[in-house]
Amino acid sequence: MTGFEQFFVELADTHPKWNFVYFYQEVERSRIITGIYYTIGLSILTIFFSVIVGLVGAWMQGSKNKFTRMIVQGFIQFFRNTPPFVQLLFFYFALGQFTPTHSPDGWLEVPIISNFGWAVISLSLFAGSYNVEIFRSGIEAVPVSTREAAESLGYNRFQSFTKIILPLCFRICLPSLNNNLINLVKTTTQAFGIAVPELLYQCISVYNDYSTSMNAVMLLMFIVFFLIVGLIAWSSHALEKNLKIPGYGV
Amino acid sequence: MNTWTEKEPILSIKDVHKSFGELEVLKGVTFDVMKGEVICIIGPSGSGKSTLIRCVNALNDIQSGSIKVEGVEVNDPKLDKLALRRKVGMVFQQYNLFPHKTAIQNIMMAPIQVLNQDPKEVEERAHSLIKKVRLEGKENSFPGELSGGQQQRIAIARSLAMEPNIMLFDEITAALDPETVKEVLVTIKDLAQDGMTCCLVTHEMGFAKEIADHIYFTDRGIIVEHGPPKTFFTEAKDPRTKEFLSQIL
Repeated sequence: MTGFEQFFVELADTHPKWNFVYFYQEVERSRIITGIYYTIGLSILTIFFSVIVGLVGAWMQGSKNKFTRMIVQGFIQFFRNTPPFVQLLFFYFALGQFTPTHSPDGWLEVPIISNFGWAVISLSLFAGSYNVEIFRSGIEAVPVSTREAAESLGYNRFQSFTKIILPLCFRICLPSLNNNLINLVKTTTQAFGIAVPELLYQCISVYNDYSTSMNAVMLLMFIVFFLIVGLIAWSSHALEKNLKIPGYGV
Repeated sequence: MNTWTEKEPILSIKDVHKSFGELEVLKGVTFDVMKGEVICIIGPSGSGKSTLIRCVNALNDIQSGSIKVEGVEVNDPKLDKLALRRKVGMVFQQYNLFPHKTAIQNIMMAPIQVLNQDPKEVEERAHSLIKKVRLEGKENSFPGELSGGQQQRIAIARSLAMEPNIMLFDEITAALDPETVKEVLVTIKDLAQDGMTCCLVTHEMGFAKEIADHIYFTDRGIIVEHGPPKTFFTEAKDPRTKEFLSQIL
């Protein structure tokens, strides 16, 4: 046992409410590490896919076809007007029943989309619905005349969207996009509800093993999320600075 | 099959009608522009001047009539817009440069991204265009760092980079102060001398008089009067033209 571990064993002895069991117990330590790993993985994947959903949605919203626009509007209304936790449960328990199963070991039938998969899908769609609106606000802030200039140079709708409107839109909506993505990272804790072994899930498991560790796991939760969100906020700020155009308002 | 030859009008507008909802802004406009000609369209605000040249570039559609560019009908749902816009360059009142790109990138973007031309070749052309609009040294400035007149000249160069056969200018000096107006007009004069076909919507009467081969006066959606500048300004017959000119000259 190292001196570091010894310190926390003694701390737990002298102050029974501060049992940092995950610092000296191998099983509990690996739980926390798995939890952090899943939380970060879930965050990265949902951020990535929610931005994709937002971009595709914003593109479809600009369509000339009324039906396409209605689909996007329906999607936004559904995912924005219902709680993300209920959506998670719905995806996993309701839709999960209908997904085909496979049997990797020849014995057990498991659904092809795991609970982790459902969490990624459901949270990406949830945050994506907000992202559509965020990107739309950015797109609308790009003057129509800029779009016309692109059009008059022969750009088609897709080219002017990707080459001219998006780069400008992105600069305009970065702060609100950042807000939404930070919220998304914090919402990943709700995947606990469908037993995704992310940090909250693991912390509660640790607490179930050692009821004296409550303060220690709570503190850990706060610190880990504070750091992850801090990292996102910092990099977004750096990106904002980096993208700044000389002589341009945004 | 396009049988257009240079002896025919490069731009032919026939009985064009255009409405925005209930409001009819063009009520049957007809005129021709020959290759190398410079025409100016003047008239009070809201008379349909800008709409007319925007229709030429298919930025606005028309309800009836015909617009032919090099013999190709613009008022056609199957129109190849890219082909049209390669032939017709347009410059706007508000410059509309892409603010996130430098001056030279603004010029190079469309030929590379839309026409898939060789970037090296395009860059060479961009440099010579910047020279042509007298903005050497401003290649790497962002639009926000340029004055209005400089932005407008970059916008002209950006249009020219597509190597169009016709240039449309939509009140391009309206947002500039008198001194900067001059530097932009000099650029256009150079262009006209090089034989570029130009259609200008303008409020610069002095300039129109100097540069135009033909002047059209529009009011309430029709061409009220037209003629070469020599006679147009002195021998206007229509009372509306007279009134307009008397307010300006």
